[in-house]
Amino acid sequence: MSGLNLSHVTKQFGNFTAVNDVSLSVPDGTFVCLLGPSGCGKTTLMRMIAGLDLPTGGSIELGGADITTVPTHRRELGMVFQSLALFPHLTVGENIAYSLRIRGTPKDAQKKRVDELLAMIHLPGFADRSVAKLSGGQRQRVAIARALAISPKLFLLDEPLSALDAKLREAMQVELRQLQQRLGITTIVVTHDQREAMTMADTVVVMNGGEIRQAAAPVDIYRRPADSFVADFIGQTNLLPVEADSAGRASVLGEVVEGIALPAGTAKGLLSVRPEDVQLTAPGHGAIAGTVTFIRDLGGAIETFMEAGGAQVIAVSAPRNRPDVSVGQSVGIRLDPATSVVLAR
Amino acid sequence: MRREPPQRLADYGPLFFPAGMLTVFFVVPFATMIAVSFFQREQGGFYTAAFVFDNYARFLSLFFGKVLGFSLFLAVAVAVACVVIGIPFTYLLSRSPRKIQIVWLVALLSILSLSEVMIGFAWSTLFSRTAGITNLFVWLGLMVQPQALTPSFGAVMTAMTYQAFPYTVLVLYPALVRLDPTLTEAARTLGASPVKAFFTVVVPALRNTILATLIMVFIFALGSYLLPQLLGRPQHWTLSVLITDQAIYQSNMPFAAAMAVFLVLVSLALVGLALYAGQQRQAK
Repeated sequence: MSGLNLSHVTKQFGNFTAVNDVSLSVPDGTFVCLLGPSGCGKTTLMRMIAGLDLPTGGSIELGGADITTVPTHRRELGMVFQSLALFPHLTVGENIAYSLRIRGTPKDAQKKRVDELLAMIHLPGFADRSVAKLSGGQRQRVAIARALAISPKLFLLDEPLSALDAKLREAMQVELRQLQQRLGITTIVVTHDQREAMTMADTVVVMNGGEIRQAAAPVDIYRRPADSFVADFIGQTNLLPVEADSAGRASVLGEVVEGIALPAGTAKGLLSVRPEDVQLTAPGHGAIAGTVTFIRDLGGAIETFMEAGGAQVIAVSAPRNRPDVSVGQSVGIRLDPATSVVLAR
Repeated sequence: MRREPPQRLADYGPLFFPAGMLTVFFVVPFATMIAVSFFQREQGGFYTAAFVFDNYARFLSLFFGKVLGFSLFLAVAVAVACVVIGIPFTYLLSRSPRKIQIVWLVALLSILSLSEVMIGFAWSTLFSRTAGITNLFVWLGLMVQPQALTPSFGAVMTAMTYQAFPYTVLVLYPALVRLDPTLTEAARTLGASPVKAFFTVVVPALRNTILATLIMVFIFALGSYLLPQLLGRPQHWTLSVLITDQAIYQSNMPFAAAMAVFLVLVSLALVGLALYAGQQRQAK
């Protein structure tokens, strides 16, 4: 079986389990983002894939071969570190050529490849510059080029864009995704930035507490979160308690919402409703009764905060659908069953 | 922070104390020594003020040339030995748990509290035939009978390296601790074995620190005069030993001063050369 396969990978540091029984299959050529809050084990998982840490259990396969205990330098991979780790004593060209020099590639072949890569990262003619004199974005590109010099089987990036400012980061996300699609290289990125994950990945792997909570396409992660952690971590969501009433119908904040069903045999759950799927209407007529507590007008979107049955509900609307409400007003809240997801409480 | 150049005399105030210390403890004695080196020696007496080159002329002989050459060679050898042992040691130390680091650093600092005399006698005991480590080797079956390892060049080298080693580690330690550990990890992901990563990344990235350490140990070792006498044969005596001999036992202050001045000039020239070479490579 080709591609990257993790099966039951576990890493313990003393009594602390950093990564707990993680299994994941990454087909060749896909772009995977490991996403999660800090301390969720995503970096440790990547370090094990790179061979910088050894798993305490489970196995890692790459291209059909078991690489669980293969030393890092024999794994033929490219990795971009959070600190970038550019070698300060080498020039841009020497940095990029490092992996070729280590493998004893002839000088002229090295130079040819460096020029190719510099053209690819839009920094032609930078070979003789000192890495200390580059801007943040340029250093980033050099680190990427250095990791790709040997055309690795696997391209790993650990929080690669965290040092860049917001604008440059967004531009680099697009660029990185386009580069990956052009090269067709299996890529794994560790990030805590969900926008970054949504922008770049074919598959987003949401982790928490050393475990995979959900691994799916970005839209599925957003639309069909597997549990309340994923729903809350990816984007903004309203997590509202759902209860089955005596007739078995699901009621949210005291109102029965048609079309929502709790899984058989459960009386309680959580309903995840994205703020853009919350509709404001006149009170009554079966709508959940709420009171507007705050309105945040961000220009591009208007967020309406409401209090309903002891819970906070947020609705987001585009400016042209600006709800005609003011703070303190009683409103009716309608949830769309089609876009709401019932999760275990 | 904006720094303005000093405007008034008072702005130079903080420099007065170090400048005073430097004058009293370095400039004045060194000037005195230069002056004495041109004085006339009086046989059986001390010296009289004069301006003669006799002391320097006497120095220009094959014998003293050899001693000078050996002194420089010994100092370079000790410096290289210290750095060659010190870099891997300090690298591993900087990557070990905090507790282990503290124990090692305290142990190394305690070596500094030992005087050269104690170090010398300790090593001469260790290298002796009757109570030395060779007895241990015999007991382990590695040798047939105990033998004396001193006096010898190896004994001098060992003791001097031992004495200079704490300084080496203390100079290398901050640089190695500050060195980004992901640099070696990056090298490994790029295909370098740990050993190769060490030599292609850690060592070159620390070039300036290594050069500074070499120079420091070189100067330190050049001044050693007790260990070569305690552990070496006469041919292992350094210029510092001869200077001590001339100044203290022969009462020939002018000649001792001339040798000392010459030693300072030669070592300054070598240090300058090393720095120049370092800068050339950096510019490249």
